[in-house]
Amino acid sequence: MAFNYATWLRQDLMPHIWCPGCGIGIVLKSAIRAMESLGWNQDATGFVSGIGCTSRAPGYVNMNTLHTTHGRALTFATGLKMASPDKNVVVMAGDGDSAAIGGNHLIHSCRRNIDITMIIVNNEIYGMTGGQFSPTTPGGARAATAPYGNIDPGFDLCQLCIAAGATYVARGHVANGIFLERIIKGGMAHKGFAVIEVMSNCHTQFGRRNQHPDPAELVEHIASCAVTLTQWNKMAPEEKVGKYPIGVLHKVTDKPEYSEEYYKLQAHAQERVRAAARKIAEAEAMKPKPEAASGGGQLED
Amino acid sequence: MTTRDRVFWAGNETIAEAALRAGCNFYAGYPITPSSEIAALLSLRLPQTGGVFLQMEDEIAAMGAVVGASLGGAKAMTATSGPGFSLKQENIGYAIMTETPCVIIDVQRGGPSTGTPTAPAQADIMQARWGTHGDHSMIALTPGYPLEVYRETVRAFHLAERFRTPVMLLIDEIIGHTTESFEIPRDNELDPIHPRSWYENQFKENSFRPFHDFYQGHHIHITGLSHTEQGFGTTVPETVQRGIEHLVNKIELKQSEIERNDSYLLDDADIAIITWGSPGRASKVAVDLARQEGIKAGLMRVITFWPFPTTTVRDLVDRVRAVIVPEMNMGMLRGEVERSAMRRDVRLHGVNCVGGAPIDPQQVLEKIREVHRGL
Repeated sequence: MAFNYATWLRQDLMPHIWCPGCGIGIVLKSAIRAMESLGWNQDATGFVSGIGCTSRAPGYVNMNTLHTTHGRALTFATGLKMASPDKNVVVMAGDGDSAAIGGNHLIHSCRRNIDITMIIVNNEIYGMTGGQFSPTTPGGARAATAPYGNIDPGFDLCQLCIAAGATYVARGHVANGIFLERIIKGGMAHKGFAVIEVMSNCHTQFGRRNQHPDPAELVEHIASCAVTLTQWNKMAPEEKVGKYPIGVLHKVTDKPEYSEEYYKLQAHAQERVRAAARKIAEAEAMKPKPEAASGGGQLED
Repeated sequence: MTTRDRVFWAGNETIAEAALRAGCNFYAGYPITPSSEIAALLSLRLPQTGGVFLQMEDEIAAMGAVVGASLGGAKAMTATSGPGFSLKQENIGYAIMTETPCVIIDVQRGGPSTGTPTAPAQADIMQARWGTHGDHSMIALTPGYPLEVYRETVRAFHLAERFRTPVMLLIDEIIGHTTESFEIPRDNELDPIHPRSWYENQFKENSFRPFHDFYQGHHIHITGLSHTEQGFGTTVPETVQRGIEHLVNKIELKQSEIERNDSYLLDDADIAIITWGSPGRASKVAVDLARQEGIKAGLMRVITFWPFPTTTVRDLVDRVRAVIVPEMNMGMLRGEVERSAMRRDVRLHGVNCVGGAPIDPQQVLEKIREVHRGL
């Protein structure tokens, strides 16, 4: 039976702003199916984004949604999570949003290992602003601001997040929504900072300038560059050029989660206050009564 | 604590304690002097009181976390100085646009840029008003000494929730580090301290978007885009216009409710000193000294800087023969006085100290004498 998205989407806000053939919708639908299959309550989940094409996603989802400033989604999400640690927080952002202007917040969220699920839609370009090169645009690719070809080396976002301390890091692509749902679900179920990078297509701004103007062809191309982690580990460096590994690339469960650590610290601080109060009360109780003390002579005030 | 506790606190620790009194249960910040003590004290106290203290990776992140926490129902604040205040402006604009209550403390130091850390200055007041892009109104409180800092910090939280907007409280390094003895005000000497739900029932009209916070069953959408009354982005000119007019009018039309000034010997004054923040005390001494010399000087100290007390200042300027504005910048308050007066013939003089040294009563007195000779 087909999945019913009706209760998850704000259908009165359709049509969405994404170009026909855009991959972001596939990512959003995968995320919705993952939340549904985890039994997540729509009201107990905060869906947060920054600015850009991908970041328009929360507006279409029927839950508590927060469309913030460019690059800063994780900072708002951190405040939201810490103020209501029992609620789920999901962030969805593009490559420019999360890796350029928001790069600092990304690595520090990884370092803290705060229980937030970060879905990065990597279409290797700034789409909304007109096709400028991003920190993940491949070398040599053309962009609105790289008319001679891009000379900026790109980030491997998954490696960046693993190095920075994220405890669940996975990668998928938009040609396989079932697989995406599975790795997003894994990230959502994970206690800690989870990053899911999704290789996606922007035929409008990236493909058009780089010999992939047709959306279906570009999606096929993206899929053809994906290799499983097992394959990847067997490949020689020269074979890896232009390819990327997919799957759960990194998962650890022994690193403390930030909000839990904070609330432990809070309990400790409160216990110290109570202990100090007990000490004062005991000292008060030990003090001689005024009449008893005055028996020995004049008390100086 | 009992409400009659006498304390010996500097401005910065006063802010931390007053914020807790006001129910603040979330702080996010980034290290910067001369506001450091606020974060240090709250890192100790917030866990004790069941609140959250976060030291974020930068000033921008701290402001983002404050807004996120406020949407999660927390009474949230941040504190910063000079360069940090500049960095926060983007997300302050977001808080204005999304009508998210929060409190921003700026312990001013010299600028531009790194400036003269951490000597005092009063040069952030225009940035407080216009620092973030786009049109909006702003509430900025500028107390002058620790006891007043206490009262105004509590008021900042009240106004933030009352008007659904970020509220700024600006002091300078002198006030931040001036330790004084004072009695903690009683509840009835302070602005109201209520949970968010109380404000929701009282002041629903102050929110253009749905008033609710997250996780209350309303599935709200919050965006920094110009939005409809339902909270969703729009580019319909009439709706955008209505939204911006709402942001401005909800504060500007209530200016008289928010206005707070301190005045001293103004009734018969020929020369009015108009000032704000820490130069208030030097000015008061100068007024006393001038009076001893037979010069009728008086003092108005602005406590609610934004929205500016335009009418009060205009009435005062109309009553006196000359005005002197001492401040630790090159004339930011003076410009507002000039604008308020709406007259070209106002005798308006500045005492402008921007070197990082406090304004000395003698400097103000000499200006009073000089102006008096010319009357």
